[in-house]
Amino acid sequence: MSAMLTIENVSVSYGKVDAVRDVSLEVQPGQIVSVIGPNGAVKTTLMLATMGLLPLRGRITFEGTDLADLDVEGRVERGLCLVPETRELFAEMSVRDNLILGAYSRRDRHDLQADMHDVYRRFPRLRERSTQAAGTLSGGERQMLALGRALMAKPKLLILDEPSLGLAPLIVREIFTTIASLRELGVSILLVEQNARAALETADVGYVLETGEVVQSGPAESLINDPRLISAYLGSH
Amino acid sequence: MDGTIAGFLAVDGIATGAIYALVAIGTVLIFTVTRVIFIPFGDIAAFTALTLAAIDSKKMPGTLGLVAALAILAFLTEAGSLARTRRLRQLPRAALIYLLLPLAVVGAVWAAIPFAAYEPVRILLALALIMPIAPLLDRIVFRPIASGSVLLLLVVAVALHFALVGLGLIFFGPEGVRTEPLTSFATDIAGIPIPGQSLLIVLAAIAFSLLLFLFFDFTVMGKSLRATAVNRTGARLMGIRPARSGTIAYLLGSVMAGVSGVLIAPVNTIFYDSGFLIGLKAFVGAIVGGLISYPGSAIGALFVGLLESFASFQDSALKDVIVFATLIPILLWRSFASKQIDEEVEE
Ligand SMILES: Nc1ncnc2c1ncn2[C@@H]1O[C@H](COP(=O)(O)OP(=O)(O)O)[C@@H](O)[C@H]1O
Ligand SMILES: [Mg+2]
Repeated sequence: MSAMLTIENVSVSYGKVDAVRDVSLEVQPGQIVSVIGPNGAVKTTLMLATMGLLPLRGRITFEGTDLADLDVEGRVERGLCLVPETRELFAEMSVRDNLILGAYSRRDRHDLQADMHDVYRRFPRLRERSTQAAGTLSGGERQMLALGRALMAKPKLLILDEPSLGLAPLIVREIFTTIASLRELGVSILLVEQNARAALETADVGYVLETGEVVQSGPAESLINDPRLISAYLGSH
Repeated sequence: MDGTIAGFLAVDGIATGAIYALVAIGTVLIFTVTRVIFIPFGDIAAFTALTLAAIDSKKMPGTLGLVAALAILAFLTEAGSLARTRRLRQLPRAALIYLLLPLAVVGAVWAAIPFAAYEPVRILLALALIMPIAPLLDRIVFRPIASGSVLLLLVVAVALHFALVGLGLIFFGPEGVRTEPLTSFATDIAGIPIPGQSLLIVLAAIAFSLLLFLFFDFTVMGKSLRATAVNRTGARLMGIRPARSGTIAYLLGSVMAGVSGVLIAPVNTIFYDSGFLIGLKAFVGAIVGGLISYPGSAIGALFVGLLESFASFQDSALKDVIVFATLIPILLWRSFASKQIDEEVEE
């Protein structure tokens, strides 16, 4: 087994209600995997559970290690990193401090400056605002900061929960271009999106989640041409 | 009241306020990082004074036994929680942190006391001995209820204060202490006498506030503490453990409280239960700053000190009554002004 992340028969409940039911999913090294599905399909719930923020039944392994033994922080130290739907930036701290804290989990902090420059090169807007408090940024800039902060951790697997949520079309395109460009870093990506077309165009593999279950999965290009998905999520284009 | 007396009272009030400010800043630090309103900080200050007095007279301070007892309790609590969550392989690390480290401090201080000829060394020994208390109490008392409401945490903190007063009586006895003045230097400005001790208190308060500010702004550890205070979930997602941030905050806060204890001991006679009023007045100062602002709480604490100084001139028996009565309208105003802040903190 050489998969980066394996989610096996995972269920998550809110009280007595089973929100996620028996979901299995796999991310291979270097792959971009998309999870698409309508609002309320419990995509976010599944990602929070994967990160250890919600209890789950079933098994998740990351590079062969059972994640049940690791807390959230332990998972981050192993190279699993989530950019949550809610972003969770440090609003009262500067952009620069947010980025510095992104690297908190790393053992090797000597090339921090170089990594920060790399983030600033990807998102020049962040350099301009480096001393500004994160809370004063626009929606698009916040998303860039959340992504940049995650990159500072040098993760092996990056989970992005709706990176395009609430952003203007132009910025959405910029974000997806950045995500595609992360391939060259060799980082694996689990990309959760309602923007199904953009997500599948960026991904290698796609999963369709509906009301807590995987209803369809396969190579991204075959999903993109699937008649049922076109009528449900993709629209004619 | 003429100008000289007013000036004298102001100097005295500022010095007292600076002492409260140190404890208030520690209180804000702990609250923002852990959401605990740590009333027992006053007790930590009083215990530091008692410890220093014992060391000064070459006696073994009761703090040695107190820290050892807390270390054992903390280790047992941690071991129990590891056993429950089936993580017993982390037991050696827990033994190191909660048992061996505090006991090493106890041992080192115990061995060093007979040789501590200089006052600065004795002060450092007292501070070293006091530092493990709050982090150990955090492990024993607050860690298991960390996700409880602010109110629950406050009630437990008050209960903890009373437990500490009881322990203080056991470990230090009922006698009051007063340590030697740290300096005999004195000067005057425009005819108002300024005791060196007051000057020292104010300088120490400024120095430690500055150090804390530098720590927050220029070290990754300091930033991680602020991050924990600003956004716990965000911090966890960066790999910052809130429990670890809490321990660091308790250690730093203990230094602040300890220093204030060292500074107040030559001015006031300190008993095992003197911590309550120090802690309460510092807390009131912190409230003026909304419990989240460092400069705000320092100013609040200075105000409490001044109020107390002038009140004790009017009627020394009623000074605490006057102080707390005057503060009621301010607290009412604050509670209206900071509604939103409270809600944000509660999430
Ligand atoms: N804390 C919670 N308690 C109970 N139900 C919740 C909670 N959080 C989310 N849900 C339920 O889960 C569903 C949404 O899940 P979510 O993971 O946010 O979906 P998605 O990310 O796919 O939009 C909603 O139906 C909501 O009612
Ligand atoms: Mg979602």
